[in-house]
Amino acid sequence: MVASETRTKVLEVDNLSISYGAKTAMSGLNLDVYENEIFGIIGPANSGKTSFLRAINRMDAFDTNMKVSGSLRFMGTEVSAWRNAYALRRQIGVVFPLPVGLPMSIYDNVAFAAKLRGVKGKAAIDEVVERCLTRAALWDEVKDRLDSLGSQLSGGQQQRLTIARALSQEPSLLMLDEFSIAVDPVTTMRIEDVLKELKKEMTILLVTNLVQQAERLADRTALFLSGSLIEIGETGALFEGETQDQRTKDYLEGRFG
Amino acid sequence: MTARFAATELNLSNYRTERRYRLMLFSMTAMLVLPVLIILGILVLKGAPMISWEFLFEFPRRGMTEGGIYPALLGTIFIVVVDLIFAMPIGVAAAIYLSEYAPDNWLTRTINLAIINLAGVPSIVHALFGVGAFVIFFGFGTSILAAALTVAIMTLPLVIVATRESLQAVPQAFREACWSMGASRWQTIFAVVLPNAISGILTGLILEVSRTAGETAPIMFTGAAFFLPFLPESVFEQTMALSLHLYVVSTQVPEVPEALPYGVALVLIGIVLIMNAISIVFRSYLRGKKKW
Amino acid sequence: MSENTLAPSQLDQRDASWYVDKLVQILMFVGGISAIIFIIGIFVFITKEGLGFLFEGFSFTEFFGSINWRPTSANPTYGALALIVGTASVTGVAMLVAIPFSLGAAVYISEFATGRTKETLKVLVELLAAIPSVVWGFIGMSIMNEFIIEVFGVPIGLNVLNAGIILGLMAAPIMTTIAEDALKAVPDRYREAAEAMGATRWQIIRQVIMPAAKNGLVSAVLLGVGRGFGETMAVLMASGHAINIPTSPFDSVRALTATIAAELGETAQGSEHYGALFALGILLFIITFIINLAADLVVRGIRKK
Repeated sequence: MVASETRTKVLEVDNLSISYGAKTAMSGLNLDVYENEIFGIIGPANSGKTSFLRAINRMDAFDTNMKVSGSLRFMGTEVSAWRNAYALRRQIGVVFPLPVGLPMSIYDNVAFAAKLRGVKGKAAIDEVVERCLTRAALWDEVKDRLDSLGSQLSGGQQQRLTIARALSQEPSLLMLDEFSIAVDPVTTMRIEDVLKELKKEMTILLVTNLVQQAERLADRTALFLSGSLIEIGETGALFEGETQDQRTKDYLEGRFG
Repeated sequence: MTARFAATELNLSNYRTERRYRLMLFSMTAMLVLPVLIILGILVLKGAPMISWEFLFEFPRRGMTEGGIYPALLGTIFIVVVDLIFAMPIGVAAAIYLSEYAPDNWLTRTINLAIINLAGVPSIVHALFGVGAFVIFFGFGTSILAAALTVAIMTLPLVIVATRESLQAVPQAFREACWSMGASRWQTIFAVVLPNAISGILTGLILEVSRTAGETAPIMFTGAAFFLPFLPESVFEQTMALSLHLYVVSTQVPEVPEALPYGVALVLIGIVLIMNAISIVFRSYLRGKKKW
Repeated sequence: MSENTLAPSQLDQRDASWYVDKLVQILMFVGGISAIIFIIGIFVFITKEGLGFLFEGFSFTEFFGSINWRPTSANPTYGALALIVGTASVTGVAMLVAIPFSLGAAVYISEFATGRTKETLKVLVELLAAIPSVVWGFIGMSIMNEFIIEVFGVPIGLNVLNAGIILGLMAAPIMTTIAEDALKAVPDRYREAAEAMGATRWQIIRQVIMPAAKNGLVSAVLLGVGRGFGETMAVLMASGHAINIPTSPFDSVRALTATIAAELGETAQGSEHYGALFALGILLFIITFIINLAADLVVRGIRKK
């Protein structure tokens, strides 16, 4: 077990609050996420999990209702202090609950972020496309039809395509928001295997409504309830009942949510 | 026990009432749309004899009572082209702003109100504006430029509304996916939103052309003239136009052969209807080619 | 070369695409407010040209109270009352024609028609809307003129009735389309609930759907009225040229719009007559502005629910 003081912190959150107009989605959040870990966030609907992710990659810039206060540091710098928010987002890959295949060819779907990064030349882009589709466990199924529309793939394929797009950003942080709810169990398993491999090169923030998924994948897990952080702990320990808060125990045992 | 369902008196009477209302409504609808067909029919009947190669491509002679409508036809095309040069960029930009950037505040509501009013201002008031602004104030004089600018402002709402609708039809999920990859708003619009809104933009363009070709009042005092012996050589000159031509030959030219104004009307309405038909066919073609 | 081997401060650079994005945002904003600029511009310029008249020959009581519109006589008078009544009467007839037919058509197309019939009807309505106003004017002068003379036995066919029917046919398509949208916007669950209670189609329409779509229907009517008030060429060509208050639908009248169109060409720029025509333009602008504002407020009433 690595002593936490010597590991790099990818995310440092200090008293973060998020609100939409009069509604508070998150208040007083404090947590740190370390490099190369899979950090799981569990909790019932409307706990602030999605709002937290959106605050990390500054999606509040696109939503005039969303107000974020407090300190949120990514790679050591306040996200609100980044002068180029687009550059910030390029560092962070996101997978949404609903699979999205952009209405362009599969090739262009994956090439999109690479071109944003400045990758030039057909050979270089070809390489990125193949590498990312392979690592997203999608290459074999689509390698002969890279020209077909990404928006017409099946749900499971579109979700893997989303992961391929995220990987093409070469992000330091990958955030997945309930990625498996619209996806079949086989694809879910394949993606979970992919994530276990990916954690060696990047940090993963996994928001999930499937408690067992957190148990399988996350190194540490946090429970969010109604906009507050209840507890964070080593996943193994939490699931064996070594919780500090009774609500955590109740949630893990399925007594609510 | 077998249940037998027989229509009750109430059911039958309701059914009859419904039938009657349905029929009445259908006939009302028919009476509304039949005029189109009847009018077209009469125009074709009385105007078709006039239509010939000479009619379309010759200059009018003998005080408009003979010859053709070529300069008017060309003039309408000139005005349409100059109009498009101004109306399309401004209209599409406005639509992009409203669909992709505008927050839900008073300014946006005011813009929408302004658009509705631009469309609602009487065409002759647009003409007065055109005279005051472009002919006089900006000093263009009565010219194709002044006329085209006046019509462009009048028909701007058409382009804006058609474009905005097709932009808003693009699912928000696509934008969010692009934004979260670090694409800027503009990169997202350019790569995903605009290409999928081309149908609306083209519809707006076709409607724009159709409307502009048919308008009379806004060009009457700003650049269209009844009889010019020569074709215009620059946008700062006046021009003849099909719509004005129809007005004048039917109201102010004595002893015009009956078929002449019908012929002009037929050409004008022919252009308009063909453009609209293209737009309708185009839209239903696109509906079959959905990308998501 | 992957970006994440660089330190954050090196990553956080404003590149070309950042500046292009900002520039585009400004350009789009300019396009967006252009509509406001143009509307204000219209009001400014017509007022500017009408100012001369408004400060000199304009008298409120004469303008709104006198039917003597004689700008070319030795003692010019600018009484617009007959013109206002002319516009109102033609618009009134137009609405009598258009409202029932377009609402009826909207109900039929939205609630009864299906498939091919529905598509065809919608296309026909759209084509009806596309006919240019000068062509309508021509129809009024030729076909409708003869029709009225024959059927009603009157000597002149260019009158309130002629222009009114033509205007009605011109306004009907927009009213139908907007009314249709309003009816379509009524949630299906209203229909389903009423059906479950055993109501017939017609009862559902009359007692559930139309009241629910009330705002949109009112808005459709208002926009139709606005169209009627603002129409120029068709009214110019079909309503005749007599400047008087009509006592029957077979009287000829002159509308505000037609007056401007008919007389502007004869005036000298800056003259009193010229200014008076611009004053008519200001009046028209204000009237249609109020109608459009009202229609918009009514529609906004729906969204607040």
